[in-house]
Amino acid sequence: MIGNFVTTRFNYILGWARKYSLFHYPFITACCGMEYMSTAASHFDWDRFGTGWTRFSPRQSDMLVVCGTISHKLAPVLRTVYDQMTEPKWVMAFGTCAVSGGIYDNYAVVQGSDRIIPVDVYIPGCPPRPETVLDGLIKLQEKIQKQEQEWRWKKRK
Amino acid sequence: MTTRIQKEASKESLLLNMGPSHPAMHGTIRIMLELDGERILNSEVEVGYLHRGFEKICENRTYFNLLPYTDRMNYVSPLINNLGYVMTVEKMLGIEAPERAQYIRVIMSELSRISDHLTCLAAMAMECGAFTVFLYNVKAREYIWDVIEETTGARMTTSYIRIGGVRADLHPGYKAVLKKAIVETRKVLKDIRGLLDKNIIYLNRTRDIAIVSPETAISYGWTGPCLRSTGVYYDVRKASPYAVYDQLDFEVPLGERGDNFDRYMVRMKEMDQSLRIIEQAMEKMPRPSPSKLMVEALEPAEAIKASRTKRVEKEIKLSPNLEGSERGKYLDILGTDKKYVVPPKEDTYTSIEGIINHFKFFMRGHGIRPPKGEAYFSVEGGNGELGYYIVSDGTDRPYRLHLRAPCFHIVSALEEMIKGHYIADIIPTFGSTNMIGGELDR
Amino acid sequence: MEKKKVIEELKQKFSEKIKGVPVQLGDEILLIERDSLLDIVQFLKDKPYSYSMLLDLTCVDYKGQEPRFEMVYHLYSIPNVQRLRIKVSLSEKDLRIDSLASLWKNANWLEREVFDMFGVDFKGHPDLKRIFMYDGFEGYPLRKDYPLRKRQPRIQLRK
Repeated sequence: MIGNFVTTRFNYILGWARKYSLFHYPFITACCGMEYMSTAASHFDWDRFGTGWTRFSPRQSDMLVVCGTISHKLAPVLRTVYDQMTEPKWVMAFGTCAVSGGIYDNYAVVQGSDRIIPVDVYIPGCPPRPETVLDGLIKLQEKIQKQEQEWRWKKRK
Repeated sequence: MTTRIQKEASKESLLLNMGPSHPAMHGTIRIMLELDGERILNSEVEVGYLHRGFEKICENRTYFNLLPYTDRMNYVSPLINNLGYVMTVEKMLGIEAPERAQYIRVIMSELSRISDHLTCLAAMAMECGAFTVFLYNVKAREYIWDVIEETTGARMTTSYIRIGGVRADLHPGYKAVLKKAIVETRKVLKDIRGLLDKNIIYLNRTRDIAIVSPETAISYGWTGPCLRSTGVYYDVRKASPYAVYDQLDFEVPLGERGDNFDRYMVRMKEMDQSLRIIEQAMEKMPRPSPSKLMVEALEPAEAIKASRTKRVEKEIKLSPNLEGSERGKYLDILGTDKKYVVPPKEDTYTSIEGIINHFKFFMRGHGIRPPKGEAYFSVEGGNGELGYYIVSDGTDRPYRLHLRAPCFHIVSALEEMIKGHYIADIIPTFGSTNMIGGELDR
Repeated sequence: MEKKKVIEELKQKFSEKIKGVPVQLGDEILLIERDSLLDIVQFLKDKPYSYSMLLDLTCVDYKGQEPRFEMVYHLYSIPNVQRLRIKVSLSEKDLRIDSLASLWKNANWLEREVFDMFGVDFKGHPDLKRIFMYDGFEGYPLRKDYPLRKRQPRIQLRK
């Protein structure tokens, strides 16, 4: 009984810690990168919401921001970057192209980054305004808080 | 898959891969390097990671529908891309926009040019370690985007410049916002020059690195700030003036050596000139003609009320969604030829003639149909000569549309530029070329 | 030097190689034979014509017509401030043309692009291979008979 109680509390506190320190890897390819810059820089500053560190190594980051169009040529690269990230990891699809391929329904473009990797939060917009991005980020944080956390010495049934 | 460099490399040298997912490679370019210690012996640049099939998809869209795709070509200066496309189609149709629209186009494209250069220098400086410059530049860019947003309704991808003019008149309070943006941008430019011009770290990484001679630059088809940094005087705005550039007074800054620092310096000076152009255009712009229609129009609620007793004779005021796009303003900003201008929303909603006009404009097989033939037209984009080559077969969609992307020519010289330098020199060199994926790979 | 004069002198020098000089929307178009491309372009590149910049190079696919393909070259002369468009027709059966890579450095990448998108073979090109598409991609996407949505993924996609 006591063990159960401790487990849920620990689950909560771990979620709280994880949602406010989202080190992210920006996988920037296209137009959305401009709005990513605006969101990350001082005007809108998503550091306020606990997304401070931009890590340019997938091994150190918790959140992959897929920012822009993913072409078929780039698809294996995105898959590799995702595979290199360590657990726990979350993926944000930033912009319509990453969500569904957007206006580029043709031979060269993958119709959404969820055809390659699992995506946690979808942010529509071509490109999304920084306010939309912040909204999507808060949604992701709620999801992280509510989900079942994993840790190394966790007892599995 | 063996690349050229793998075949050519000698056994003693080290091969290193850089990109495409590398912070300085902007996600869309890959450089394979052959190294001797830290010195680059040889390199191979691979592009195409952002090939989105722009030219193919444009062949399947009508002349009006493909406008949003042009926004996303050079996404740092979308309005210039709009302008280039629109002016090519106008050349094929043989029409010209009203004068006020021409001035608005000039203001918008200069604002885009500033935002392009600011972004380029922000990325270049940040990758050299000067993070403050990045934050300052993005701050200035926000002020410029505020002006664009007030008028066009969007921050980046605006689709604002339309065939025959522009979508909407300038926002009533634009002057105050624009003046504020100019003041703030000047302040930021001064700050950046203070931070970088005599900064020894920045100078060491940019001065005399990747020198390009005028002959090499011309041989690579360079245009824009990169060509001018080598000392060649070529600017499309001066060589073949479009819009109202011939009525405005501005200088074309030139560099001397053609190294990274000159490319930075030319961009800085060009932004000063762009601000000058905007100020002049603001002064010279013809005033809007007083719109009689808007004064007499009724609010929809009033019109419904009045229609209960008798037939309503007056116009009904309907929101056309974007301020300044009412019918009364069409004369100043968009022309009135029904063949190539979207009918005003008030007409579409209220009269049978207007709805037929609207239907004919958007119906498949109708709409804008330039005569059979081909045209090439170029404008001065953020990176240089931005040319559109359109072949029309007389139908409502282009038979072939080709974009002359200035960035493509500049990046094709990268292999030669970095040869013999250190790995660390790739970063400022690549930054100074202002590689924009959408334009490079199309 | 005026463009008319350039074309006059060109006509005198390469009389049988020039098929015509139609004018469209105020731009002269030089239609030339395929085998004389290098000579004419070299002639234009030298002084006093000084068309020293290769602005653009592309191809158009006129499917159903013979010859099917048409190469389009745009040259620019900085001292004379003028552009010149040169066109060469190519038949589908013999899709080859001389490379300009020996004259202009940017022709290298531009020709690779045309090879990638249309499958035109350039004689004398140093390293002719795909530039935008990847190895293993079949067909030439900008040809009119390539479907708009025919995708050839490199990796197994989910769902």
